Amino acid sequence: MSNTATTTPPEKPLTSDAMSASLAREDQRVTAAPLGHALVELAQRDERVVGLSADLAKYTDLHVFRDAMPERFYQIGMSEQALLGAAAGLAMEGFVPFASTYAVFATRRAYDFLCLDIAEAGLNVNMVCALPGLTTGYGPSHQATEDIAILRAMPDLTIVDPCDAVDIEQAVPQLAAHDGPTYTRILRGKVPRVLDEYDYTFELGKAKLIRDGADVLLVSTGLMTERALEAARELEADRIDVAVLHVPTLKPLDEATIVRELAKDRLVLTCENHTTTGGLFDAVAHVLVRDGIARQVTPVGLPDAFLDAGALPTLADRYGVSTAKIGERVRALLSHSG
Amino acid sequence: MTERTTLARPATDDDLDTRVQHIKEAAFRIRRNALVQAEVQGQGYIGQALDVADVLAVLYADQLNLRPDDPEWEGRDRCLLSIGHYALALYAALAEAGVIPEAELQTYACDDSRLPMSAMASYTPGVEISGGSLGHGLTIANGIALGLKRKGNPATVYNILSDGELGEGSTWEAAAVAAHHGLDNLIAVVDFNDQQADGKSTSVLSMEPVGAKFEAFGWAVRRVDGHDLAGLVRAFEELRALPDDRPRCLIADTTLGKGVPFLEAREKLHFMQVAADEWAKAHDQLKETSA
Repeated sequence: MSNTATTTPPEKPLTSDAMSASLAREDQRVTAAPLGHALVELAQRDERVVGLSADLAKYTDLHVFRDAMPERFYQIGMSEQALLGAAAGLAMEGFVPFASTYAVFATRRAYDFLCLDIAEAGLNVNMVCALPGLTTGYGPSHQATEDIAILRAMPDLTIVDPCDAVDIEQAVPQLAAHDGPTYTRILRGKVPRVLDEYDYTFELGKAKLIRDGADVLLVSTGLMTERALEAARELEADRIDVAVLHVPTLKPLDEATIVRELAKDRLVLTCENHTTTGGLFDAVAHVLVRDGIARQVTPVGLPDAFLDAGALPTLADRYGVSTAKIGERVRALLSHSG
Repeated sequence: MTERTTLARPATDDDLDTRVQHIKEAAFRIRRNALVQAEVQGQGYIGQALDVADVLAVLYADQLNLRPDDPEWEGRDRCLLSIGHYALALYAALAEAGVIPEAELQTYACDDSRLPMSAMASYTPGVEISGGSLGHGLTIANGIALGLKRKGNPATVYNILSDGELGEGSTWEAAAVAAHHGLDNLIAVVDFNDQQADGKSTSVLSMEPVGAKFEAFGWAVRRVDGHDLAGLVRAFEELRALPDDRPRCLIADTTLGKGVPFLEAREKLHFMQVAADEWAKAHDQLKETSA
């Protein structure tokens, strides 16, 4: 799909290609299948690493690993409960499984297995799950708009929402090195490279200030960090100085960094590719209220609704999560407060 | 316990007789200790503990390759209890195998005990998984069986599940996966006591013919009287000795409350009530039937 700042509807309706196409624009630097390649690289130096999928290797980029190391890959079939149970068993035998499916299936269909067999047991199982939030136009069957809300209350589970190929590549070895269960929202196909333009490295559990700014702070996670950065650049034209704090690890939350950045007197918005119920916005609000910090925060994210099917650029605009809509929101809030 | 060093130890009749006598004594102690634990709480899943005692005695006193002083020994056979509420039977079997001290059974389900009401791996040495939410054990057993094969470890994985548990669809996901991956190092043991929470399993949701279902999924199946010790031993050994790569399933038909006639005759309930003045009678009857 396109991340461009289109607010005007296209001349003719977008076709179904735009429902599930690569997230990258044609003019963007991209990396193909960063998860698959990062996993191959990791597995070449760590014999414990194995991959599993529930009939979605090809659509989660795990096929790159499967094709490079077929003897290290287990096809479990369209059986998500059996997928997570088998991953638990392999971890019990000392292996480091990366298990892939779509985020909707890992969370909605196999929750009990993730909870009891993996999280309660404290196993090093890494779930790598595609189609987070609004990254498919197929409608609610495939759109994991509430996966983080489902999982945030699960004890001991680390939750990661990467921005781009850089995040994914750097996260993979850290997920394996982390001695416990992880859930990562995977971007697949031609994935944009964004964060290498900045002085940035992914650190599990850390939020990073990607750019500073005096007027506005965008606290963002996942692919919304890319849009937040684009919106910040566009707002420069209006002499609006925007900071972007990227929060790729949603649990455990880097509370110290968030509190430090929110203490400064700026307009604050959270940006997430997820319903604003139970995701980043709620996590930030929780910290603020608990610590008695009075700060208004405006959520940018998906509505508490089952989303429409359709082309991704259309839907991103419709639900207010496109780059253009972030900019519009910031301008409107500033004009109100000014 | 008996050390088993080969996958299919041939048993002569004399040898089998001796082993069965040993297993029979172990089964008596498992039942007795199940009663002891249940009496501490005044209740417990006593019907199931009594029915599965013979299967556990065959496994923990004869079949499993274990090191009592090293419950996480890499070479051990892995025995996964899906049905966490059968914990008191498993604890008694682990005591029988020498993994936990017999005296500790007195702490069953007490605060801060290592022996919670529902068996959990994080609490108890020798307990491989946290069961209780049914339909999980066989999915995990698959992963362990795959992992053992990866490592070239010849150990066998056992998963004890119940007939009621077969209603969980994940069991059948796992059954398909095990057959597809040729997990011949996996033995599912179905305790068929025809009892689940809301009544007889065959009336709540009949999964019969269970053996034919597993066979249709690509498993090798034996169905035996779950109280015939020699029959259980032969079935385990035949299953392990099969030359093909099918996963193995042993269905054990059992009687709720087995070994205590007044409990066998009692209305069959998932959670069997035993009155305070009945425990002594239960012990007496168990001694008589085990003599």
